[in-house]
Amino acid sequence: MAKHHIETTVNGDAVEFLCETEETLLDVLRDTLHLTGSKEGCASGDCGACSVTLDGRLVCACLVLGCEVGGRRIETIEGMAEGEALHPLQTKFLEHAALQCGICTPGFLVASRALLERNPNPSETEIRYWLAGNLCRCTGYDKIVTAVKDAAVVMRKG
Amino acid sequence: MAENGTNGHGYVGTRTIRPDGVDKVTGRARFGADFNLPGQLIGRVLRSPHPHARIVAIDTSKAEALPGVKAVITRDDFADQPSEFIPAGEMMMNYKDVVRNVLAREKALYEGHAVAAVAATSAAIARRALKLIDVTYEVLPHVIDVVEAMRPGAPLLHDDLFTAGVEPKPDKPSNIAKRVEITLGDVDAGFAKADVIVEREFKTAPVHQGYIEPHAALATVSEDGTAELWCCTQGHYIVRAHCARLLGLDIAKIRVTASEIGGGFGGKTVVYLEPLALALSRKAKRPVKMVMSREEVFKASGPTSGATVRVKMGATKDGKFVAGFAELKYQAGAFQGSPVQPGVMCAYAPYDMENVKVIGYDVVSNRPKVAAYRAPGAPISEFAVESVVDEIAKKLGLDPIELRMMNAAREGTKAAYGPKFGPIGLEETLNSIKKTEHWNTPLRKWQGRGVASGFWFNIGGETCVSLTVNEDGTVSLMAGTPDIGGLRASLAAVAADELGVEYDKVRPIIGDTGSLGFNFLTGGSRSAFSGSMAIVEAAKQIKADCCARACKLWDLKPEQVAWERGRVRPIGDAADKAKPMSIADFAKVAGKTGGPIVGYGRLNAQGAGPSLGTHLVDLEVDPETGRVTILRYTVAQDAGKALHPAYVEGQFQGGAVQGIGWALNEEYVYGDDGKLQNAGFLDYRMPVASDVPMIDAILVEVANPKHPYGVRGVGETPIVPPLGAIANAMENATGIRFTELPMSPPKVLKALREKGVTAK
Amino acid sequence: MRYEAPETVERASALLADSAGEARILAGGTDLLVQMRSDIVDPALIVDIKRIAETRWITEEPGGGWRIGAAVTGAELKEHARLKQVWPGVVEAANLIGSTQVQGRATLGGNLCNGSPAADSVPALIAAGAVATLAGPQGRRDLPVEDVMLGPRKLALGKGEFVVSFGLPPRPPRSSDAYLRFIPRTEMDIAVVGAGVSLTVDASGTITEARVSLGAVAPRVLLVREAAAAIVGSRLDRVAQDRLEAAARAACTPIDDKRGTVEFRIQIAGVLARRTALIALDRARTQ
Repeated sequence: MAKHHIETTVNGDAVEFLCETEETLLDVLRDTLHLTGSKEGCASGDCGACSVTLDGRLVCACLVLGCEVGGRRIETIEGMAEGEALHPLQTKFLEHAALQCGICTPGFLVASRALLERNPNPSETEIRYWLAGNLCRCTGYDKIVTAVKDAAVVMRKG
Repeated sequence: MAENGTNGHGYVGTRTIRPDGVDKVTGRARFGADFNLPGQLIGRVLRSPHPHARIVAIDTSKAEALPGVKAVITRDDFADQPSEFIPAGEMMMNYKDVVRNVLAREKALYEGHAVAAVAATSAAIARRALKLIDVTYEVLPHVIDVVEAMRPGAPLLHDDLFTAGVEPKPDKPSNIAKRVEITLGDVDAGFAKADVIVEREFKTAPVHQGYIEPHAALATVSEDGTAELWCCTQGHYIVRAHCARLLGLDIAKIRVTASEIGGGFGGKTVVYLEPLALALSRKAKRPVKMVMSREEVFKASGPTSGATVRVKMGATKDGKFVAGFAELKYQAGAFQGSPVQPGVMCAYAPYDMENVKVIGYDVVSNRPKVAAYRAPGAPISEFAVESVVDEIAKKLGLDPIELRMMNAAREGTKAAYGPKFGPIGLEETLNSIKKTEHWNTPLRKWQGRGVASGFWFNIGGETCVSLTVNEDGTVSLMAGTPDIGGLRASLAAVAADELGVEYDKVRPIIGDTGSLGFNFLTGGSRSAFSGSMAIVEAAKQIKADCCARACKLWDLKPEQVAWERGRVRPIGDAADKAKPMSIADFAKVAGKTGGPIVGYGRLNAQGAGPSLGTHLVDLEVDPETGRVTILRYTVAQDAGKALHPAYVEGQFQGGAVQGIGWALNEEYVYGDDGKLQNAGFLDYRMPVASDVPMIDAILVEVANPKHPYGVRGVGETPIVPPLGAIANAMENATGIRFTELPMSPPKVLKALREKGVTAK
Repeated sequence: MRYEAPETVERASALLADSAGEARILAGGTDLLVQMRSDIVDPALIVDIKRIAETRWITEEPGGGWRIGAAVTGAELKEHARLKQVWPGVVEAANLIGSTQVQGRATLGGNLCNGSPAADSVPALIAAGAVATLAGPQGRRDLPVEDVMLGPRKLALGKGEFVVSFGLPPRPPRSSDAYLRFIPRTEMDIAVVGAGVSLTVDASGTITEARVSLGAVAPRVLLVREAAAAIVGSRLDRVAQDRLEAAARAACTPIDDKRGTVEFRIQIAGVLARRTALIALDRARTQ
């Protein structure tokens, strides 16, 4: 069977690609579109390292087929900073040393942004449960939670 | 004259933004699986479905005939290696075993053991090709548990493995690879003096390092035999050495670039895919990329040992420890080399004791070969000892912190494993825990509080760095140990302080194996410790060089010129003879004063100071379900000197949470068929964000006199105390002494019900 | 592997019925993709039902009942304030399926048709008295949710048949529901035991109607009538609680596996049934 021809939007750019049915959105992003910021940690939706948003909805790119995303709006870590200006979450992750090895960081950032878009003032518990699908093995989560809270403060101030 | 750190910017000890940070928050940083080459093939591994089987024959002809398949390799593609032990992190390995672990030879020794590999033009074709490889197995009886593996008559993994360290030398092979022992004083005499003796047996489950990034390698081998390799590793020089050996290549002909590394914790100190990717590339004459799946990571890369440990301790009624005995049986996995030796050495290391005897056994069984995991071996033996220490405190009616304080190892204490300690900070950590609000807060019913201390040696080792002063006065810093959690930030701060330049003007990179002399790997909590020593050395050369250049420029004698406060200055009677010059000033005149300004720090770092820590935990037990919630957690640990306090705290916090996982829920679950049942993050239950509270971190700084800044390694000690602290808190909450890890809900509920400890 | 995303129920069922090889429905994909990846399934055809409008709707029916499309995600259920108020147990159960990311995709239809006895939303749907509307080559039929799953990975669906939507019955006053599951961590695990309870009380607080369902304690999710009988007519006092616990435990025929032992599951089933019933009761009194 011929490959699927898909037209979609990634980080605001119109893109088109060809994919096999079994290729996931993560395969397409990483291997076809060369957007390697989304990471594959498990390919089963258990680690969150491939978090992206699909029409604004937080999902694991490893659990979406490439052929499903025609006409949708995809946002990845590569679209988070605007020009030279980092997103407040990115800045706060750096200031609070909320990353050690950094492999989970893109997923945490994308997931945290989706949280703050819905809930501009989350409690520690809300942050922890929202991010429970993002595994970090280095930090013990402490500095990540602190960074998200601090970024929320900055973003509320606008 | 050149001095250390006298220039005054003072970046060391501050919370600078890591130089590699922006790339890591924008997705630009390239990790192991992010590298690609034109024309690359995809490599995949065929793995044994059996835990123990003789490999009678491997027929690859059908796979080779599949269009798109460019190479298939098996055991026949690697020459056998003689038995020879080499250091791997804090552990030892043997090339005879390494060659068998990367591709099985006579036998498959665990489910997931690599048997063959293919390279094809697509992942789908490679996957299809694996199904076309016919392997004829003669299935053998298997053994998983360490105690069963030690029994006479247990299925033998290796016909040529005879227990080392026992006299007379055994004449029958065994799964017990070796017996080790350390002795100090006379334990029998010690126990005779004891008023109270506690003896317990403990069991711990194998746990995986759980790094989020699976192993990945991209290799290309040219027709002339030169090779390039990109991979995620804790030590690319080690990868180079192993691959050169396994492939029969000259070391100079392999260039290894370490990608950014997505966690390692000891698990990326050995080779798995790297030699396979090189061998496939050599055969296919095209680049080959290989990435493990998460299932492969669990089934075929090193967890750490599960173990059975017996501890017997004696104390006087005043609480002085008079004797400590322990017997440690550690699983090595399919090949010898468990971390039982460091387990033996660390068991009683936190305490000043006159009579200690610890025996250890290294035992093979049909599980993946263990790899180092953060303070390898120590969490297991110290968990057992810290549990018994708590029980002694209870028996004697003593405060557990006071009891530890009374027996704490300090400067001058002779450790059972050999050395006399220099200044160490156990007492300081105990004191800081005691002073916390946390320690003094009341608890409710079903809540418990536990404390435990931990010890880890830390290592130094071969290290090489360069500092290059660029034409514009900026500084390029090259190190050869992968940055696994903020190393570049620490090294850049040291370089900036040493050279009197701004932090932002130092650009640290991790060089490939062709860029610097040999670097031992990032492990043993050594990279910031040794790296900063090498930076000081390199900076010293630059400062001396600049002083010499200044003498020429200013026409002064060497004694009239000195490096002070970040500048070369004329001093003494020459003080007003010239304007002080900064590194940037020398950069401008480098060409006419002797050429490029470069410092090269190379050393085999000695004097790594042990780091001791004490953890305090509050938890709550649900008496109806056995579920445990961690309520509050405080870590105090001696860092010597925290080069970058935030990343040191991060080590404390991360280690504590890994320890929480180990204590409560993580374990390798095997079926009777010898197969791993939970090879994924769904059922291998690492802590998630909602499982843990904030982790308070207290930095204790008892300077290490052997390091120019007083640094000690900090990365490993934090995983040592949690197991004991949590078990002690469980006892405090329920009155039950839990001796088996993980303390998962079914086990906890069973114990509560058996002891009649229920809610109603 | 062929991929189709039909826009009508009829077309979807025709594709399924006509497929020579194995055909799989794709709703959220959170189970299917994982199974494809690990070679558990290798379908010849994937039918994505998300473009069929009625699989994506949540509607309150004139009589007070609800219709929820099979491909509505957990995140969408959570954001539906009115549904959450009327059927809090169903929504909280659906919201326990996986992480926030999985919630963005996972659906009620997929959770049921994955055929796992540990599916979180299924005990809540069964307790709620939910009916699955199936469509196939012979047209449509309704089947109580407890009858859809026959055993692990075994469904009562004919060739070409799939779940289009779920119907929830109208709610009498003072009714509510709840769902609890036991997992070792706080998130991300598969239920070791799950318990759904739906009940109605009279003005005095006495339970007049109840349904109790247990997950992960048998080859299929159970509707435990004895457990419901144990509390109907009571105010869920201590005695009724004990009867409920005993009835719940008596219904269990679990297995030992990596997630829990037989003994543990049976014990927990009683505890969860009681805790869930107490929550449902508390909610019903204030409805």
